[in-house]
This record gives sequence, C-alpha cells and structure tokens, in this order.
Amino acid sequence: MQTAQKTVTTLKEHVVEILSDSGEGAQRCGQTLGAIAARTGNGIWTVEIIPAEIRPPARSIAGASGNRIRIGSTRVSNGGDETDLVVAFNEQVLLGRVRAGELKPGCTILLENMWRSHGDAAIAAAYAETHARLVEAGYRVLEIPMEQACRALVSDPRRGKNMFALGMLCNLYSLELQLAREQIALTFGKKDAAVVAQNVKLLEAGHEWAEANLDFKYVIPAKPVTAPQVVINGNTAIALGVLASGMEICAMYPITPATSASHYLSDVFEKVGGIVHQAEDEIAACAFAIGASYAGKCAVTITSGPGYSLKQEAIGLAVMGEIPLVVVNVQRGGPSTGQPTKVEQGDLMAAIFGSHGDAPKVVMAPSTIEDCFYSIITARRIAETFNMVVVVLSDASLATSQQPFARPEFSESWVAPPVDQSAIPEGMKPYDWNEATGLARRFIPGQPNGMHTLTGLAHDRASHVAYDPEVNEESIHFRSLKLAALQKTLKTPPVFGGDSGDLLVVGWGSTQGAIEEAVATLRAEGRKVSSVHLRFLQPLPGGLKRIMQRFRRVMTIEGNWSDRPDDAIIDEDNRRYSALALLLRARTLVDVDCWSEVRGEPIKPGTIRRVLLDALKPKAKERAR
Amino acid sequence: MTMMATECLLELCEQRHELEDYQSGVPRWCTGCGDNAILAAVQRLCRDEGLRPEKTVFVSGIGCSSRFPHYMRTYGFHGIHGRALPVAEGVRLARPDLTVFVNTGDGDCCSIGAAHWIHAIRYNMNMTVFLHDNQIYGLTKMQASPTSPRGTKSNTTPRGSTLEALQPLSVTLGVQNVSFVAQAVDWIPESLFEIVKAAYHHQGFSFVRIVQRCPEWLPKVWDPWLHDPKRILMLDHPQGMQVSDGLKQVYKNQLAHDPSNLDRAREIASDTDRIPVGILYRNPEVPCYEELRATPGLRTTAKLKQGLEAELDKFTFWPQ
Ligand SMILES: Cc1ncc(C[n+]2csc(CCOP(=O)(O)OP(=O)(O)O)c2C)c(N)n1
Ligand code: SF4
Ligand SMILES: [Mg+2]
Repeated sequence: MQTAQKTVTTLKEHVVEILSDSGEGAQRCGQTLGAIAARTGNGIWTVEIIPAEIRPPARSIAGASGNRIRIGSTRVSNGGDETDLVVAFNEQVLLGRVRAGELKPGCTILLENMWRSHGDAAIAAAYAETHARLVEAGYRVLEIPMEQACRALVSDPRRGKNMFALGMLCNLYSLELQLAREQIALTFGKKDAAVVAQNVKLLEAGHEWAEANLDFKYVIPAKPVTAPQVVINGNTAIALGVLASGMEICAMYPITPATSASHYLSDVFEKVGGIVHQAEDEIAACAFAIGASYAGKCAVTITSGPGYSLKQEAIGLAVMGEIPLVVVNVQRGGPSTGQPTKVEQGDLMAAIFGSHGDAPKVVMAPSTIEDCFYSIITARRIAETFNMVVVVLSDASLATSQQPFARPEFSESWVAPPVDQSAIPEGMKPYDWNEATGLARRFIPGQPNGMHTLTGLAHDRASHVAYDPEVNEESIHFRSLKLAALQKTLKTPPVFGGDSGDLLVVGWGSTQGAIEEAVATLRAEGRKVSSVHLRFLQPLPGGLKRIMQRFRRVMTIEGNWSDRPDDAIIDEDNRRYSALALLLRARTLVDVDCWSEVRGEPIKPGTIRRVLLDALKPKAKERAR
Repeated sequence: MTMMATECLLELCEQRHELEDYQSGVPRWCTGCGDNAILAAVQRLCRDEGLRPEKTVFVSGIGCSSRFPHYMRTYGFHGIHGRALPVAEGVRLARPDLTVFVNTGDGDCCSIGAAHWIHAIRYNMNMTVFLHDNQIYGLTKMQASPTSPRGTKSNTTPRGSTLEALQPLSVTLGVQNVSFVAQAVDWIPESLFEIVKAAYHHQGFSFVRIVQRCPEWLPKVWDPWLHDPKRILMLDHPQGMQVSDGLKQVYKNQLAHDPSNLDRAREIASDTDRIPVGILYRNPEVPCYEELRATPGLRTTAKLKQGLEAELDKFTFWPQ
C-alpha cells in the first residue's frame, strides 16, 4: 500500500459536516464520528441536518440530510461557526449549505465523484458545472471515488458509503481505528455480527484509502476522560430525566421536534413500570396527564408549539385546581405549522402568559444537554412541592444536538414519593392556603376525610364554587403567592466574565454556549463584556437588577422576533422587543436592548461576536452628548 | 401501571354506608330537571354497592349536568368543557384502585368532546359514563346541541335547527371495542337504577345515554313519550336486564333482545320513533386499555434505579 506524503496540522477545533441524500446514512456517520471523538477525549457538539420533507427527491438541495460535528480539544458548548470540512455524497446537497453561508471560505470539500461520468448527461453536466463553481468560489474541492471503492466491498454502496466516509474522517482527524471499530460494534450491536463485520470492513477501507491518497491530516489534541461520560441528545436527556424523576405517566401526541423524546421513552419506560400514552390529540394528552396527577401520580406531557397552543385551556385548569403537572415544550419555528424541524425561541411569552386569566406557572429553560436531564427532575419536584404547572422550554437545537456530560449518579431524592394515602385531619380543607406562601396540602383521592370536588370554577378553601368577590381575589392572591415563594428559593445566576463592564448580555435556553463563547473571545481581546444566562424565566431570580446596574449597557440575544431599529417606521414608540428583553425591562426598569434572529438555525458564536462588537460602539446619541 | 403497596391491602373492616354518606349540598338544578333523578339513582347505587367515598371519583366537564360531582360526597373533578373523558382516563390509568364515574352533557360529550368520546370507547377503560342527554345546551341558556331534533327552536336556531340529530347510541355502537351500551330515561326511576347498576358492574367502558328532561328550555319535547308509554320499548332478556312485572304493566311494548347481538343492537338504536330502554349491547370480553398496558410487578425505587442505570450504560463511555 502506498502512503501519501502528509502534512499534519494541529488544530484547536474543527467543524465537520457529512451530507447526503436522506437514507444514505450521513447522520449515522456523523453521530458515530462524534462519539469516537468524544471517547478520545475531545469536546464535541453534533447537530443534525434534517431534510424538510419526508421523501425529498434524490440529489436535491432541500434533501440534504446529515450531521455537523464540532470537534475541539476542550469542552465544546455549541455548534460553532461555519464549517471547515465537508464530505458530500453528491454536489446538490452541498448547494443549500453554500447558499445559507454555512461553509467557511476556502472550506475543504470531499466530494463523491461518480456523478462526473454519470450515464445521465444532465446529471454529469450539473456535477461538472457545480464543481467548477465551487472551485472558482475558492473552496478546496477533492473528488473522491467513494462509490467505486465501496463497490469492491458491497453490492449496494448506497448502504455502506457512510462507513467508508467515517473511515476517511478517522484517518483525517488521526482518530484511533480501534475506537471506531468498538463504536460501530456498539451502534450495530443490536443487529448481527455480520452487519458489524461488514461495516468495519468499509470503515477500514475508507481509512486505508485516505492514508494512501490524501496528503493532509489533522490532529485535535484531546484530554483523555477521567470520569464516565454519556453522549446523548437533548430529547433523550429529557426522556431519561422523566425516568429519573420517578414520574410514571407521559401523555403525548406526536409532533416534531418533540417526538423523539417520546419514542425513546416508549421504548424504555415500561421496564421501570411507566407508561407513554399516545392520546387522540394534545388536549386529551394534557387532560390525561392532569387526571393522572390529580390521582396522585405527577405526570408529564411532551409537545411542541402547535400542541402547546392546544393545551392552554387544560393548563389553566391545572393552575386553577393546583394540580402538579410538567409540560415540556420542545420549541420549533412558529407561528402555526411554521418550521417544524427548525430552531426558534418563540414560545417564551406563551409559556409565561398562556391560558386565559391570571394563570401563574413556573417556566424553566434548560441550556445544555445535561440541563435537559436535570431540568425534568427539578420540574417534577417543583410541581409537586408547589402544586403548580411547570413548563420546560427546550428547543429544536437541544433536541437533536449531542454533547457529552458527566454520567448522572442516581439519587433517591430525585424520585417522587409514593402516593400519600394518609387520612386528612379533621377540619382541614383542600385549599387551606398558607397565609405567607399560598401553599396548601394536596388532597389526593383515596385519602379518607379528603372528599371534595376539585373545580375549574372560582372556589373557596373548601373547593366550593364561589362567586364572592373576596373569595375570588383571595384565591388568585394565593395562587400567585406560590410563585413568589418559589422565587425566594432561587439563586441569583452567576455572571460569566467580569462583575462589571461595558456590556452585559442576557440569554436563556440553548444559546448559552454560543453567547459565552462570543463573550470569552471578546474578553480575550480586551473587551469588557459579560453575560448572564437564565434557567428560570418565571419566576425570574432575584438580584438581576443589581447585576445590570454594574454595566453600561444591557442587551439580550434571542432566537425570536424583535423589530429592527433600522427599519424606517420602527422607533421607540412601536418597536417590539424580544421576549426576554421585554420581561427584563418590565421587571428591572433597566433600558435593556435586544438582538435576535429567526433564521431557524442555532445562533453562531461568530454572529454574536459581531453583534456585541457593534453594541460596544458608542451610539450616535451617546456620542453627541 | 404497576400497583402501589397500599393497593394490595385487603379492606379488613367493611363499612356500612347510608345515603347521606354520599350526599353533598343541595342540588341547584331546576325543579323537574332530569339530573335530579340521575343523582338519586347514582347515590342509591353507591350505597347499595357500599362504595367507599374516598375511593370513588366522579369526573365531569362543564354544563348543568357536569355539576353532578359537587352533589356527591366522594372525590370529584369538575373540569373543563368536553374533556371529562381524558381526565377520567388519566385517573383510571394512574389509580386502578379507584372507582371512576363520568358525567357529561350532550354538548360536552357529543360536540366539543366528540373526539375523546370516540377514543374513550376504543380504549375501553373501566369506568361508568353517564351521558345526560337533554338535547340542548342547558347551562349556556338554550342553544341547539348535536342531539337536538331537527327543527328545534333555540337561541342560535330561532327558526328551527336544520340538521338531523346525531344519535349517540348509534355512534357508540359503531366504534371498535365498544363493550357496554345502555339507554335509560330519567322518568322511570326503577329501570334507571337497574341500568346504572348494570353499567357499574360491567368491566370496561360502560356508556349509558340517559334521556334527561330539561323543563327550563325544552319543556315539551318528551311529552309524546311521556304521555304514551307504548313509545317506550323495554328491552328484556335473561342475559340483559329483566323488566319487572310492575313495569311490564305500564310499558306494554317489550322486546326480547340479547345484548350480545351487536347488529341487532344497532338496529334498535336507530329506532327514533320509540325510545329503547335497557341494555343494548354488552361484551365482557373486550380487553381494557389499563390492563393491556399494565406492567408486571411492584414499582420500586430499586427497580427504577436499575432501569435508569441500564439505559445510561448504553450511552456511557468509561475512562480508558
Ligand atoms: C371551551 C368552552 N367553550 C364553551 C363553553 C361554554 N359552555 C359551557 S356549558 C356549554 C354547553 C353545555 O351543554 P351540555 O354539555 O349539553 O350540558 P347541559 O348544560 O345541557 O347539561 C357551553 C357551550 C365553555 N365553558 N368552555
Ligand atoms: S336548565 Fe335544564 S338542564 Fe339545566 S338545570 Fe335547568 S332543567 Fe336542568
Ligand atoms: Mg345538554
């Protein structure tokens, strides 16, 4: 075997993409690459590239399916900026990525070359033309005979090329082949040994091919892991969180991008005595969960935007009846059907203020994959401690991204206690609200002496329907007081960066990694920028105003809509602020600015860096002073 | 669902209950409202069957009829319009040790909650459901409901409703997994009680449509049937319910109907001229969703930990 003369470059990090038509296995290739890098001790963040349609035509721009892996020598907190290297199984799937500006200038492209000599002249011409344009645009395009090489090993290269590509990538990134073999055995272990052997053969072929024919290699130094790590995506983390919280019932109706959490849960929940109930619609799912919670077993319902809208009336009932309930909303683009597979943080206001009347509920937002797991455990506990609805706002980015984190160590304190069936003391009422906190013991069917009818109508302490003005106001007062009681237990979030400075960035949810990366870069350049990331959005933790006051300017970075100040008709009288900015302005009376985008993609650290640099420039007004 | 430890304990001392043990407050229905008769029958059932008030839950939606749980001294859940059934299903799945009843109106069940009704039949969970069918929206002051006969004058159909009425019995009998369907009228307390009792004893989704008078908004609709007992069709069968001699004297029109005959049940249900009273269909063999979904063994923290660790193992990589 010949070996090409190699240039070996050591990198701090790289962003790699694998793109194919759907069904060609690029996603599996990417996930496996990520897992191998993670096992090596690299930091990783993987993002799925999901075609918008179920059966997109072959070789189409919209059909691009694949995975994007950011590999770093230290912990990676987000998907990063533009891509450094792409493997593409045809030239068309590349085009959408090029148009979206996802490829770095000069990016290396490893392109399947079978199309150049394709029998269909139109296809061959399209390939040649695109190839020429990519070269002209300055990309480093390497044409690779993947199909040809695989054909020597398997009859249908469409079903094996991904492992060949994986082998090439392992070679290019100097990853140990043995780890890759093990990972393949893990991934395909469920199938038979022949399948594993076949895939390993393809892997090795790819590795050999790259060794012999490519003249470059990368090394991304890794720190071997010292403690056990798990690599999962946010939806799996949510499902495992449901398991770990001791909840027993999940009622749901399928909806992208939340469904995969329920898929996984459906597979594993019964082993520990749990049930996933696929209801006839989201209203039923929410009502079903409420029924189960009322009967003593705090339940969860998992959904996304459109389903979340449908649940609103039932959520109000849970608020009114003070029934604990966990509602997970894996946000997607909205309104209406919007962008089912895309990222957006558009449901914050709906989560806090949804349902009619005064319906106080708790709203949390996990910001990492690990957080998705622990948020559910916390949500269940808060729900049952305060007899409240807790909404957990994840999003499409967390849902499909993978990031390693320390393997959780099970604690009995995570688990819901057994259903309390002890008798209600004489004279105690179902809503004996504590004057200071609004809390009352939860009455559960089966408890002797606790018989009453829970009602969504206004009611007094005995749960008797009440139209009395005093009673109505008293009950609203106490339901609201519970939020304050919870708020008293929340810690002020830590400031990332310095305690004071020129600019404070506030964010929530999946943007944490990108924001902190941008802040760290700017601080390294000497800028006085810091950030705060909020996990509780309702209630907001205390101390925020004091933090803000130590900075010259405060702004939020969010994935939802805010009016652009440079639009001709937008001014301070009509500008719509991003959701968190609006909340913070109301809460703190600080002039919080905002920047947001709704492009359906995770916000990049590089984009945030540019936005913050711009925000650091003195404004025209300030200059005039 | 797995069982809780407390569910496994035998009830050692059987308690005797009186009617008052199930009564709560003074019903606020209009005088002559058929809901009063339904309440009386159900309270009697609870007493006769010795149901433990703390182990019994009445779930309802919204409407005059959905006030029902407030008048029972058991646990009650007076929820939101149309959603009584999914709430009751959640209760049932979480707590197989509880006895679950549902009270729902014709608007509640057949209009806003229609999707849940269809699916509840299919789930066939063990609960007893009373459709209080007064053929009108009572609480919101007289609007046509899906079961209002064509021509019903109401506040939203001042010149008479234009659509044929939906037949709740026919709909229910048309759904896969249907296991118990009966019909009662509020003005024959004896058969009402017997039907309610048979429904309670059926293991599965027992659906009882109760023809319920609303003297407030539709004072005359049932007059033809009230004044002419021959227009009541008493279903009588050794496998179903046996009509007492007393009733046979008044309701001369009787039909021997074997409730295991689904086709015949559907035919009887489609009779709009006469009101069939009794059990139309019963099939104790249809499996209940909560049993199909039951997981074996007691759920313990140790089992949970074991399951979680096994799952985490699948995704864990250990230090080399
Ligand atoms: C979502 C919603 N829509 C409308 C209503 C108003 N509403 C209350 S009861 C009712 C109809 C009640 O009719 P039915 O179910 O037949 O019960 P009845 O009063 O006749 O017993 C309506 C429309 C409501 N409470 N909630
Ligand atoms: S309005 Fe009709 S249904 Fe409602 S309580 Fe009065 S009589 Fe009964
Ligand atoms: Mg009605």
